[in-house]
Amino acid sequence: MTSTELAVDATGLVKTFGTNRAVDGVDLAVRAGSIYGVLGPNGAGKTTTISMLATLLRPDGGSARIFGHDVQRDAGIVRQLIGVTGQYASVDDSLSAIENLVLFGRLLGLSGRDAKRIAKNLLDEFSLSDAATRPLKKFSGGMRRRLDLAASLIAQPPLIFLDEPTTGLDPRTRNQMWDTIRRLVANGSTVMLTTQYLDEADQLADRIAVIDTGRVVAEGTADQLKASVGASALQVTLTDAHDTDAAVQTMRDVLGFRGNPAFRGDQISVPMADADRVTDLLVELRSRGIHLAEMSVQKPTLDEVFLSITGHGAEPAADELEGAHA
Amino acid sequence: MSTASLDTASRGPASPGSPSDSVLGRPLTNSVSLADTVSHSLSMAKRGLLKIKRTPEQLIDVTVQPIIFTLMFTYIFGGAISGDIASYLPVIIPGILVQTVITTSVVTGVQLREDMDKGVFDRFRSLPIARIAPLAGALLADTVRYTIATTLTFVMGFIMGWRASGGIGSVVLAGLAVIVCAWAISWIFAFFGVIARTASSVQGISMIILFPLTFLSNAFVPVETMPDWLQGFVHVNPISHLVTAVRELANNGVVGADLVISLIGAAVIVAVFAPLTVRAYMRKA
Ligand SMILES: Nc1ncnc2c1ncn2[C@@H]1O[C@H](COP(=O)(O)OP(=O)(O)OP(=O)(O)O)[C@@H](O)[C@H]1O
Ligand SMILES: [Mg+2]
Repeated sequence: MTSTELAVDATGLVKTFGTNRAVDGVDLAVRAGSIYGVLGPNGAGKTTTISMLATLLRPDGGSARIFGHDVQRDAGIVRQLIGVTGQYASVDDSLSAIENLVLFGRLLGLSGRDAKRIAKNLLDEFSLSDAATRPLKKFSGGMRRRLDLAASLIAQPPLIFLDEPTTGLDPRTRNQMWDTIRRLVANGSTVMLTTQYLDEADQLADRIAVIDTGRVVAEGTADQLKASVGASALQVTLTDAHDTDAAVQTMRDVLGFRGNPAFRGDQISVPMADADRVTDLLVELRSRGIHLAEMSVQKPTLDEVFLSITGHGAEPAADELEGAHA
Repeated sequence: MSTASLDTASRGPASPGSPSDSVLGRPLTNSVSLADTVSHSLSMAKRGLLKIKRTPEQLIDVTVQPIIFTLMFTYIFGGAISGDIASYLPVIIPGILVQTVITTSVVTGVQLREDMDKGVFDRFRSLPIARIAPLAGALLADTVRYTIATTLTFVMGFIMGWRASGGIGSVVLAGLAVIVCAWAISWIFAFFGVIARTASSVQGISMIILFPLTFLSNAFVPVETMPDWLQGFVHVNPISHLVTAVRELANNGVVGADLVISLIGAAVIVAVFAPLTVRAYMRKA
C-alpha cells in the first residue's frame, strides 16, 4: 500500500500537556474510502489525536500525513482536504443555521449565491430547513450535531473527522447519524470517528483502534477485536461472595482465560471463546462447592474489551469496583 | 437527515481513494493570497455585524452611554466650569466623544477572548482560510460601534445646542480621526484579549488603563485648574492631544499639530501592537 492510498498516516504522535502525556506515541493508518473508528474511554486522548491530525494542535513528537501531505509543513493543504466536526459544537450560536453555513461557504471561497444554494441543500438533507433561521440557542442537541456535520461537508472534503458524533443523541437520532456517515463513505469520502461505544465502532467502522491513556492498545477489524476478548462473556453471581477468588480460579482453570474478570456489583464477568465450556465450568464449580445465584452468557461489552486488552475497565466506575474486590 | 439521498455526499470527492488535487474547483495550495485574506477578513467582519444584529443589547455602551454622559456632564459641570451650558458644549462634546469611543474599544478585546473560547473558533482554525481573518474581522466590525457612538454624541450635542463652527466637513473629519484612533487603540485591547485567560480579566486590565487616561486629560475640565504635576501628565497624555485635535477641527475647522500628533500616535500603537497581537494570536490559533 503506497502512502497516497492512506487518508491518514500517523507515526509516533505525541502530545504532552505539562507532565501529562495525553497522546503517547500513536500510530494510525486509515485507508482512503473507509470508516475508521478510534475507541477509547474518557481522557484516552481521542480528541487530542484528532486535533493534531486536523492541524488544530501541534504535535510534540511524531508526524502525520493526510493523503500524503504533512500536517505541519502543509497545514494549508491539509485544511483543504478535511472537514472537522468537533466533540463540542463548532458552530456559532449567535448566528442562525443558514447564516452559519453561508459564512463557512463564503470562507471556503464560494460566491454568495453558491454559498446560499449549498447551505439550503445541506439544511434540506439534514432536515433542518424548518429551523434554518431560528437562533441556534433554541436547537436541540441532535439538531446542533446535524448542523455541525453539515458545516463540515460544505467543501465536500475527502476526509471527515467526527469526534464523538453520537454522544448524547437518542437512539433514533443516533441511527440516522450512522446512516448519514455510511452514505458519506458510500460516496467516496473517508471518515475517521471517535467513540466511547464498542457497539458504534462495531456497527460503523471497517477498522478500529482502541486507545487508552494515549496509546493504541489494539488495532484491527471489529471481528478481530471481539475475537481477542472471546466471542461471548460469561456472567455469574455467587451465593456467597467469599467464594469469589475460588470461583475466578475455577474459571481460569476451565475456560483458560487470561487477563482479569470484570466486576459489577456482585456480578463476575469473564470472556469466553467457546460457549460449550459452560457445562464443564458448572460441573467443576459444583464439585468445588461454589454455589451460583445467577448465570448468563452475553456478548462482550466495551468493558470486557478493555479489561482483556488493558487490564482495567473502560469506565472509572468499573475500576473502583474492581479495586474493591481485589 | 432521513431523506433518501444525501446530495452533498453524492457530489463527493471526484476520485475516491486518491487525494483530490482540487477542492471546490480550486487547486490545492499551502498559502493564502492577499486577495483571499481580505475576502476572508470581510466575511469575518460580516459575521461580527450579524452578531451585533442578533444581540443588539451589546450596543448599549455605544448608544446609551453617549446620550447619558453627554446630558449628565453638560448639565452637571457646564455651569461650574464654563459659566453656562452653551459655552461648555464646545469643550465637552469633543471630550465625551473621545472618552466614549475609546472606552468602546475595550469591547474588542473582551469579545475576542470570549470568541476564541468558543467551539466555532476550532472550526475557523480547521478551515483553509487566512489565520489572521478572525482577528482582522473582529477589529473591522467594531469600527461600526465607534461610528455609532461618534454619530450619537455629535447628534446629542446638536440637539443640546452645540453649533460646530468648523462646518460639517470638519465634524466628519473629526469623527473619522476619533474612529481611526479608537481602532488603533483597540489593538492594545485585542492584545490583552489574545493573551488573557478570561474575558473579565481583559475588562479589568483595560479599565485600569483607560480610566486614568481618559480622566487625567483635558476632556472634561480646563487643564489650568489642575495642579502643576498633573498638568505635566495631562499634556503628554495622548488622549488630550486627540481631544484638542477634535476641538480645533469641529469648533474652528483647523487642522492643527494635535491632529498630526494623534494620528502619528495611532500609527505607532498599531505598529507596536498589531505585530505583537498577531504573533500571540497565531501562536494560539
Ligand atoms: N488543552 C489541554 N490542556 C491540558 N490537558 C489537556 C488538554 N486537552 C486535553 N488534556 C488532557 O489530555 C488527556 C486526553 O484528553 P482528550 O480530550 O484527548 O481525551 P478524549 O479521549 O477525547 O476524552 P473524552 O472522551 O472525555 O472526550 C486528558 O487527560 C485531558 O485532561
Ligand atoms: Mg474527546
